[in-house]
Amino acid sequence: MTKNDVDRRKFLKLVGLGGGVVFASGLGIYPRIAKAAANSAGLLRTQADSDFYFVQLSDTHLGFNNPLVNPNSDKTLQLAVDAVNGLDDQPDFIMFTGDLTDITDDDQERRKRLAAFQAIVKNLKCPMVKFMPGEHDASLDNGAAYKEFFGDTFYTFDYKGIHFVVVDNVSDPTGSIGTAQLAWLKTTLSKFGTNDPIVVFTHRPLFPLNPNWDWWTKDGQQAIDLLMPYTNVSVFYGHIHQNLTVATGHIQHYSARSTMFALPVSGSVPTKKQIPWDPAHPYAGLGYREVTAMPDDASYTNQEFPLQS
Amino acid sequence: MQYSKIFSAALFLTSSALALPAFANSTPPQPGEVVIQVVAKQFDFTPGSETPITLKKGQPVVLAVTTQDRKHGFFSEELGIDEVITPGQVNYIHLNPTQVGTFTFHCSVFCGSGHDGMQGTIIIQ
Repeated sequence: MTKNDVDRRKFLKLVGLGGGVVFASGLGIYPRIAKAAANSAGLLRTQADSDFYFVQLSDTHLGFNNPLVNPNSDKTLQLAVDAVNGLDDQPDFIMFTGDLTDITDDDQERRKRLAAFQAIVKNLKCPMVKFMPGEHDASLDNGAAYKEFFGDTFYTFDYKGIHFVVVDNVSDPTGSIGTAQLAWLKTTLSKFGTNDPIVVFTHRPLFPLNPNWDWWTKDGQQAIDLLMPYTNVSVFYGHIHQNLTVATGHIQHYSARSTMFALPVSGSVPTKKQIPWDPAHPYAGLGYREVTAMPDDASYTNQEFPLQS
Repeated sequence: MQYSKIFSAALFLTSSALALPAFANSTPPQPGEVVIQVVAKQFDFTPGSETPITLKKGQPVVLAVTTQDRKHGFFSEELGIDEVITPGQVNYIHLNPTQVGTFTFHCSVFCGSGHDGMQGTIIIQ
């Protein structure tokens, strides 16, 4: 038994005493919330200058209207904004992983909803907020309205030693990334070292979680194949309105909860339907995520937070 | 675990069990194939949604699918069908069913507010 084995078991026990659910990746990781406890037990590794955390918000569906599913749908996005603004330590950045607005077949109404969404999230204290579309935002017009408000639907940015890559698998209504964007992804990745930490944000799962429920990306395997040569890749996505962790080889895929409504576990029911509101447990299954990033270790920890009134 | 490889393999095995794969292309109906016209629109298939598409085991069929409005999809994992229905053309889906049963298909191209409920039933007798 090595010292590392002992330390890791103590770490896991500390995490279990804390609140929320923590998914850990990599070695030598200490979630922010357990920092004090870990420190008092003499387990805390020296915090690196490069450590930071970001918040993932997903599937906010502004414009959704079904009181049986969410009677407070007009207030939910503000609730999420208030929750993040209320964090003692503000994140370095916030990432919205799509379905910012709820589907409308009307082009003008879509723009109204995107404008309303933009007006609400402008109140976020965090100075850096990133966006990407979901199929509700972009599939009916190939992202035209979304681009007017938020710009590119796929892009990349570097932050504190991590390459963040945003992949659009929704502007094409077939749920595909497309040849041109895959070529862009290949070129983008070619500039990275194979051991560089890479985080991919996307809306739909890249792997075929449940094609009958549209929970996949048709050419997602091609994206995964492009990512496989890189040893430190994590994917954060939305679309399925629940937390799920799946590995494809060494790549971890983390889905996020919605802030508007929950969906059933894949295949648990014959038909995918929004989970009804439970007055006894308001906002059950809804929430957002903090991700602590440790670029020096190419590691991340996820802390899930419930949405509450 | 390579999810797509598992899915692809499952799709192939399922299609093989049903003496498929189904395929869609511009190949028009062939001699001996029964032609069934199917119309897709926001947000149903006719026939399919209200009235199932009923096929006979062992009888080759071609679904001649058109759309009244925008692009739709015709997807059935069990039957090995994954096709895009493009406006302005007839999209032929050739089937040769060998196993009885009830199969669901749905629209796989995001088409609007009713997309999630746009599905139909194929019965093979």
